[in-house]
Parts: sequence; structure tokens; C-alpha cells
Amino acid sequence: MAHRILILGGGTGGTLVANRLDRLLGDAVAITVIDRDDSHVYQPGLLFVPFGLAEPSEIVRPRHAQLRESIDFRLAGVDRVDIAHNTVDLLDGSTIPYDVLVIATGASLQLEETEGLLGPEWGRSIHTFYSLQGASALRSALEGFREGRLVVNLIDMPIKCPVAPLEFCFLADWQLRQRGLRDDVELTFVTPLDGAFTKPVASARLDSLLVEKGVRVESEFATGRVDAAPRRLHSWDEREIEYDLLVTIPVHGGPEYIARSEGLGDALGFIPADRHTLQSKAAENVFVIGDAADVPTSKAGSVTHFEGETVVENIQRFLEDDELTGSFDGHANCFIETGFHRALLIDFDYETEPLPGRYPERHLGPLPLLAESRLNHLAKLAFQPLYWHVLLPGHEIPGVSSQFHSLARRPAMQGSGRPQ
Amino acid sequence: MTTVTLAGSTVEVDPEGFLVDAQQWNRQIAQEIARANGIEQLGDRHWQVVNFMREAYLETGSAPSIRSLGKTSGVPIKELYELFPKGPAKLASKIGGIPKPRGCI
Repeated sequence: MAHRILILGGGTGGTLVANRLDRLLGDAVAITVIDRDDSHVYQPGLLFVPFGLAEPSEIVRPRHAQLRESIDFRLAGVDRVDIAHNTVDLLDGSTIPYDVLVIATGASLQLEETEGLLGPEWGRSIHTFYSLQGASALRSALEGFREGRLVVNLIDMPIKCPVAPLEFCFLADWQLRQRGLRDDVELTFVTPLDGAFTKPVASARLDSLLVEKGVRVESEFATGRVDAAPRRLHSWDEREIEYDLLVTIPVHGGPEYIARSEGLGDALGFIPADRHTLQSKAAENVFVIGDAADVPTSKAGSVTHFEGETVVENIQRFLEDDELTGSFDGHANCFIETGFHRALLIDFDYETEPLPGRYPERHLGPLPLLAESRLNHLAKLAFQPLYWHVLLPGHEIPGVSSQFHSLARRPAMQGSGRPQ
Repeated sequence: MTTVTLAGSTVEVDPEGFLVDAQQWNRQIAQEIARANGIEQLGDRHWQVVNFMREAYLETGSAPSIRSLGKTSGVPIKELYELFPKGPAKLASKIGGIPKPRGCI
């Protein structure tokens, strides 16, 4: 009998694992993918929607259409996972048994976790671009915004794509300049971190870019609540920041079913997993991919892509009773849009922070690391068709390796290379 | 790494003053680090948080973030900031003799 592989979530991770397993194992497996809706959003595109640089319709496709024909796609919400009995209860009342479970349900936005976000001002003076609906609403709000204080507020880590709030600041600066309004708008980035990013060398570089672009940074600001009238952010330690238009990056957590699944997730709803094998710590036949996992690397599509290889190989090894591979090294690779048709690229893993250099070849590049270039911007734009046609179907992207160290392109740098 | 004497014990600390070896810690050391960071006397609620952080670290290998501390330690976030001004997770880790929380990535 075919092994029953159940995949929760039909986003980046769920889709690419399903397609790779199906191609690799064929009739030896029966794969089911479950999602509560049939809209697969190309999430890197969300950043561009508020600025009119992407249309919502351009970044959404049906989930089922990204899956190979022999994969069963089912529309349903998950009630709970029962790891003791290897079953998943769905909200429609049915129960599905599995031999191997893959958790790929990502991270959810938890607006209700921050007092004052949701209320009559939500969608008026308070916005987010972390959802398709939010990004569309913010586009109208920005079109009507001509002067005042624009505040971009990262409430707490972890978030998806930790560089996106910075990119938003850079693109807002660019657009306001194009509209001739930059002098009338005070642009502020508010973060609980002590700088722009979590890793020191990249953080210093990004901090100075923010300064160059006239973006004020309020660091170590741990947002406690939002007062919608008068429009103010309050920190837990009594600091205040006034805004006219607030772009918030809400607190992230795991979806609700994880809290209902005994023994599966942590206090925030993420799934503890081995950081090299991506096997869950809760059960040996449960694997985790993407934002759902509590592993110490960025929650980003590139990470999910690189994890895919390890998850697929380990599911195969698990089914054959082989020892698992610990090949995932935390590799992340992020393009950072800086406006003016330029972007910067960072590349890092569990052990090595983002440093200057070239990618993917150490000397030849062609893409410069930690430096702005037009080529990086073009590479970022070129990625979207690759996402739908190469990454999701589970093919290799030429020149891009999932392992960080196999690239060996880095110039020697003094006093660097240690994680914080 | 530097070696310092805290409450009569010789311990190794990193450049920011976090203990390198959690096993070198004791309650007197905790009190002395607290005083140096503006907390005159550690009370019951401070200890509740410090002990919780330590246990979580020793069990899982990493210290909880403020948000999960607020959900699981029995001390609400607002109070965490009153007890440990500025950065509760960072300061409670330092007092508890465990490494600086690895910030999120």
C-alpha cells in the first residue's frame, strides 16, 4: 500500500514538497495537500502593491493548479492534529489518517494581540501590507496621503521577511520624492531591535541607508498598545510616538489549530523542530517546512525553498527506515529593494551573518552582496516567473544551491562571521 | 572573554557582561548583577521570572522571548517591563546567568 503523506498548507513549502515527493516516489506515496482556501499569494509581491508597482491580480494564482495531477488537493480548515494517533481532524468533521505529516501552514498575523490595532481606525489610519487585502487598502491610503507623519512599526519578532519593513521605508521615500511630497512627510521606522536588522554587519549597512534617505529610526521601542485617537504608539516602558498614517507589521504566530494540537507547538504556535533535519520534536513522522518551524533562521521564501530539499530527502529516508540527513544549514538569501530601481542582496546561514562579497560566484558574482545595484533589482523582478515555473514545481534553479557553504564565495573578513 | 569576581566568585563573562557558563551562577551573583543594573533588591516577582528563564534555557537551550515570557511565565508583559526596565528578556537573562537571548532572525 502506498504511504499516506498528508501536507497541511498549500503555500510555498507545501507545494514544492508535494511536487518533489510525487516526482521522486510516484506510486509509492499517496499525497494529500490541505488548505483552507485556493489562493496562492506570491508573498514577495505584497511589498509592491501599496506603491502601485504590482497589481493584486498579478501575484495570486489558484493553489490546486500549482500541484501535479496525481496530488489530491482538499479545501478544508484544520481543527487539530492528533500526533498520538497519526490523524488530523478537519473543521468539516472528517478525520484523515497519515503515515507522514508535513506542516507547512506558515505564520499568521495576530492583530488582536496588540491592543488598539483593530477598531474603527483599522483600514483608515492604521494599515498593514502583510496581507493582500491590507496591501490593497494601503495603496488607496498612500495615494491620499500628502503630508504628515508616516510611521512604519515592527511590533515584535519573529516576522515573515524581516527586511520587508525596511524595503517599505525605502520605497515610500522613493515614491514621496517622485510625487514631490518628501519634504512634507516625516518618515519614521519604529523597531524593538537595537538597529535596522538582526545581524550586526548588515544592520549597520541598512542603518546608514535609512539615514541617507532621511528615515528616522526609533529603536528598542517595544510596542505595547496603539491609541487610535489621538494617534499614538505606546511602548511598554512608557515612550510615545505620534503618527498620522501607521503601517504596522502585526505580531506573528502559528495558526490556531496548533494551539489545539496537544504537544505539537510552542507558546507562540510555532513548531519546534531539529534545525538541521527539520523533523519535529513532537513526533518522528512529522516534518516542518517554512515559516511554521521554530528554527533560528529568517522566515522567508528562500529559506523554505532551501529547506525543501532536506525535507523531501528526509521523508524518503524515514519511509525507508534510513538515518536522516542533517543537511539544512539555515541558508537564507534576500533581495532588499532600496528604491530608484536598485536593490541590495544578503546571503547568510545559521553560522555566518550577511557580509559583503559577490553571489553566487565569489569573484564573478554577478550580483553584489550588501551593496545596492540595478542588477539586484532586476534579479528580484526576474524571480517571480521562476517562482511559479521552477521553484513550486520543485525543479532546481540553475546556479542556486540550497547549501550556504557549498558556495564558498566569501572574501575573508576580519572580525566577522560569528552569529550573535 | 574576561574573568570577573562577582559576590566573591570568579566567573567568566562575555563583553556585554553575560555569564559564559550558566553553571557558574548562584543567587548571590544574580543579586550583584541586578544591583549593577539598577535593581536594588530582587523581589519574589523578579525571582519568578529569573527562575523561569533559567529553567527554560537549561531545558531547551534558548531563552524565551518577551512575548512567550508574557504568555507562559505567569507575569504579564507590562509588569515584566516594570520589574526589568528597558529589556526584560535581556536583563533577566543576564541576572539569571544565561546567554543573551539570541534576538530573532
